[in-house]
Amino acid sequence: MSIRRIWATAQRILSQLRHDPRTIALMILAPCLLMTILKYVYQDQPQVFQRVAGSLLGVFPMLVMFLITSVATLRERTSGTLERLLILPISRLEFILGYAMAFGIAAFIQAVVVSTVALGPLGLRINGSQIMLILIAILDALLGMAIGLFISSFAKTEFQAVQFLPAILLPQLLLSGLLAPRESMPIIFQWIANFLPLTYAVEATKSVISGVGSIGTDLLYITVFLVALLSAGAVTLKRKSK
Amino acid sequence: MNESVQITNLRVVRNGKIILPDLTMSVERGIVAGLLGPSGSGKTTIFRSIVGVQEAESGTITVLDRPSGAKELRTKIGYFTQSASIYSDLTCLENLHYFARLLGDTEISVEEILDLVDLRRNRKQIASSLSGGERARLALATALLGKPELLILDEPTVGLDPVLRRDLWDLFHRLSDQGKTLLISSHVMDEADRCDVLYLLRDGKVLANGTPQGLKEQTGKADMEDVFISLVEKL
Ligand SMILES: Nc1ncnc2c1ncn2[C@@H]1O[C@H](COP(=O)(O)OP(=O)(O)OP(=O)(O)O)[C@@H](O)[C@H]1O
Ligand SMILES: [Mg+2]
Repeated sequence: MSIRRIWATAQRILSQLRHDPRTIALMILAPCLLMTILKYVYQDQPQVFQRVAGSLLGVFPMLVMFLITSVATLRERTSGTLERLLILPISRLEFILGYAMAFGIAAFIQAVVVSTVALGPLGLRINGSQIMLILIAILDALLGMAIGLFISSFAKTEFQAVQFLPAILLPQLLLSGLLAPRESMPIIFQWIANFLPLTYAVEATKSVISGVGSIGTDLLYITVFLVALLSAGAVTLKRKSK
Repeated sequence: MNESVQITNLRVVRNGKIILPDLTMSVERGIVAGLLGPSGSGKTTIFRSIVGVQEAESGTITVLDRPSGAKELRTKIGYFTQSASIYSDLTCLENLHYFARLLGDTEISVEEILDLVDLRRNRKQIASSLSGGERARLALATALLGKPELLILDEPTVGLDPVLRRDLWDLFHRLSDQGKTLLISSHVMDEADRCDVLYLLRDGKVLANGTPQGLKEQTGKADMEDVFISLVEKL
């Protein structure tokens, strides 16, 4: 494995982002805007803002990175650049780690800005630390990236890739306990949610906000999902085609 | 071995369609070899097989003494794909730097290649805004990075003006003089005369192969176009 090739790939992806300032602006401003709307929609029920806004800090990076990654890798597949790369001296793991590094950096910037806005002007109160919150946001972003990378191999067009967001992520969001507490759901839903990565992302942010419950196990689960999905993603990067 | 590419009884079937029924051909080292044939005759499929991205039903391919797709070959083959596989949202330089870094090639070599394909003026330009010919030259530049021993060029001169085309063919011959092998596809028959050896392809089969002169004598025609037609009609 070569750090040079991973870093070259990460820099290349960041350059592509840099040439697309509108996407960068949307990545950072859209979550801030949504947080602000949420704050004033629930101005009479501040406890709802407290409960939902924190979890959203972890969910946004995931949604955004999912979309960006699935479109970006689909483009690499359809434009022939992926096939081109796979016959050059770069391994599939290096390729994926390059993506992870680039989007990890993007997620870091996003998380710092959005959490600062939420904790500052919007007055979100948390019992845990902001650093922990940012760390979780980055892990969630990487999870979104890993899902996007894997899923994009099932999409033939960008239209399909984008449709996987409502199909794959929104059901997870509903089951994760973000909107309604998990205990009040049918037992089968609770059971299914145990096997969904987003559940742990939401749980972890909830713990940081309330300051109760251990984050360690949630982070462990997220990491396990991350590694599994990245490996599955690596398998879909086929060198040979039929 | 004296061959840089040796294909034996290669059979490729895609989605139930037989593309290459039973192909056997070999390409000597250090020459400019032309793969000529009408659209759909299987040129791109042969190239994809050689670089190792096309699954084969049977047959063997040896490239630079290694089975095609072998890891050691990844720094040794430069592949110019028919639809330029470059990042259209990056500048020319960014594209070149990325591929150069993957191949462990130097900054100096990037600069040299930029001049070689005459893209110095466009170095800071985003690839999506390049003209068709400029895009092709950028893709060609990325294929030249890393000083590959074998260059697989899938219709590299399509859409280029005559002067640039002549310059590129001169470049191809300079590279072959340095011992590199070039395998170039085209369906422009007038480019055939510039190749050392030709393979005339139809429906995934090699109709004939030999030097341009030899093929003309064999068929008694003076023009490559007529050579091809007379070979097809003889079937
Ligand atoms: N995925 C596929 N499924 C079925 N048939 C395919 C597939 N890909 C290519 N073919 C067919 O294989 C044949 C050979 O294609 P190939 O791209 O190798 O031709 P070519 O000689 O490079 O043509 P051109 O000069 O137009 O580039 C064509 O008839 C094409 O329609
Ligand atoms: Mg072709």
